[in-house]
Amino acid sequence: MSEPQKRVVLVDDHQMFRTGVKAELGGSVEIVGEAGDVDEAVTVIKAVVPDVVLLDVHLPGGGGIEVLRRLHGTVPSRFLALSVSDAAEDVIGVVRGGARGYVTKTISGPELTDAIGRVAEDDAVFSPRLAGFVLDAFAATDAPSVDPELDQITQREREVLRLIARGYAYKEIAKELFISVKTVETHVSSVLRKLQLSNRHELSRWAAARRLV
Amino acid sequence: MRAPRGRVTIGDVQAMVDDQVGEAAPAPLARAVDGRLVGGVCRGMSAHLGVDVVIIRSAFLLLTVASGLGAAAYGALWVLVPRAAGPEDDGKAARARRGGRDWGQLLAYAAVGIGMAALPLGAGVVQWALWPFVVGGTGAAILWQQADRDQRQRWVLPLRQRWLRSLLGLLLVVGGIGGFVAQKVEADQARSVVIAMMIILTGVAVIVTPWVVRLWQDLDAERHERIRSQERAELAAHIHDSVLHTLTLIQRNAHEPREVQRLARSQERTLRSWLYQPRADPDQTFAAAIREAAGEVEDDHGVPIEVVCVGDTALDERLGAALQAAREAMVNAAKYAEAPSVSVYAEVAGGAVEIFVRDRGKGFDLDQVPADRMGVRESIIGRMERNGGTATVRTAPGEGTEVRLEIAKS
Repeated sequence: MSEPQKRVVLVDDHQMFRTGVKAELGGSVEIVGEAGDVDEAVTVIKAVVPDVVLLDVHLPGGGGIEVLRRLHGTVPSRFLALSVSDAAEDVIGVVRGGARGYVTKTISGPELTDAIGRVAEDDAVFSPRLAGFVLDAFAATDAPSVDPELDQITQREREVLRLIARGYAYKEIAKELFISVKTVETHVSSVLRKLQLSNRHELSRWAAARRLV
Repeated sequence: MRAPRGRVTIGDVQAMVDDQVGEAAPAPLARAVDGRLVGGVCRGMSAHLGVDVVIIRSAFLLLTVASGLGAAAYGALWVLVPRAAGPEDDGKAARARRGGRDWGQLLAYAAVGIGMAALPLGAGVVQWALWPFVVGGTGAAILWQQADRDQRQRWVLPLRQRWLRSLLGLLLVVGGIGGFVAQKVEADQARSVVIAMMIILTGVAVIVTPWVVRLWQDLDAERHERIRSQERAELAAHIHDSVLHTLTLIQRNAHEPREVQRLARSQERTLRSWLYQPRADPDQTFAAAIREAAGEVEDDHGVPIEVVCVGDTALDERLGAALQAAREAMVNAAKYAEAPSVSVYAEVAGGAVEIFVRDRGKGFDLDQVPADRMGVRESIIGRMERNGGTATVRTAPGEGTEVRLEIAKS
């Protein structure tokens, strides 16, 4: 690898998990700091200003979303949410809070390294499950949209998301749709932007509503 | 809260901790629940002071016979000293206790009454000035006791009854004073005695108000704590039933990595659905049925299956057939693909249901599949076509496999 290693801060309240992630990542990235709760995370990230923060969604002191809120606009670091949680409001919440992506903790070492690299390049990282959530949230409805540019995803973006949900890697998606990997990344980043900025009713209400089904 | 069959719940652990603390420090003054004769006052004092209960009981009896003061003091202590926290805090016992307490109160008032009746027979030490204390104190005690019950039984007693009780207390105070004034006191003394009574009662009120407020707050906190501990107990029971069980199995199967992985995955799935998924019936909704099928295949074959569902619909016969085909595809992927995991994506959109089952395993040459291998041709493609759907299999050696099932929603 000719590029310089990404500098990464690991935020998770389980020491055992941090150790495991470090072992999985091996020497592929440089771990420059660790934190076990919100206060610690804010301090460490401000001090070392890493390229990427691996951020646990559930943290003592307010969760990953609190870290994002407190650091908002203060550091150029990118955030990749890492969670065992399947709860839609956690996932959507942390992405709307500013994370560039979301992966589950079952992710393999090489995949995680890949995801860190992608996030560091300001691309978005969607797990199949996040893609599923987004498809659900942006499902066609009759509700009038306030801002069509933000409140709807294009047909092409939908196709990309469906392939992610089906378990395809970016490279496989590019091959499938006869487009370049860069174009796939552009589509995913565009979806991420919509996910973060859209005021679509479903995004704020949908997560809660699902629990009532 | 002690659970049967040797289970240790969080409640038990708390109780053990409480027991240890109780042994180390002197007991706070509280009315005893176990081993009480009347109200548990003597037993409680004995525990608090470390004096034999017989001595304390004798002292109270002696004071009662000598002057009536013993009974009055007993009644006052009964009312003022909080009941010790007992182990019988579940609903049934608490109700039984409340039922029993009424009798206890009657006894307390009777004790006070007898003490007062015995007063003139006593040694004559008691001044007439003590009478207002005793009579007024009795009435105040009843009012006071009412305030205590008020909080504990707000949800049990009808409002009317409480008013009745308060009225009764008031009548007792007024009647006690009135009777006393009529019988014993000259007309010109009456006014000063009534004034003295008022002053005493006001004083009592001033003294006890902060205590009442604190008691209410304590009870409120206690109720919240009880709700929390119920939640903890439910969680503890769940963790015991499934998680501990699985951990035991994992230790027992430590030498078989595949079995360990299967157990861990299975437990993870159960816990996830318990924590995050809305309660959905796999017999009725499509998404829940897909998840259940994937879970079963995962359990049978030990390969993790990631399921992503978008949208949902009611399950019917045709969708059931699609579900069977999807299940067959999952089984094939888990059994033959040698892939580390299988991805399942199900989408209900517009008028159609689509299911994708994909693995990154070794794949196969579709044309090379012998005609007698029923799996793909019959169970998947044939089944879908019979129900008006389609099934396409995309695979090549080394390229993994993806089975796509599509069927119109009925």
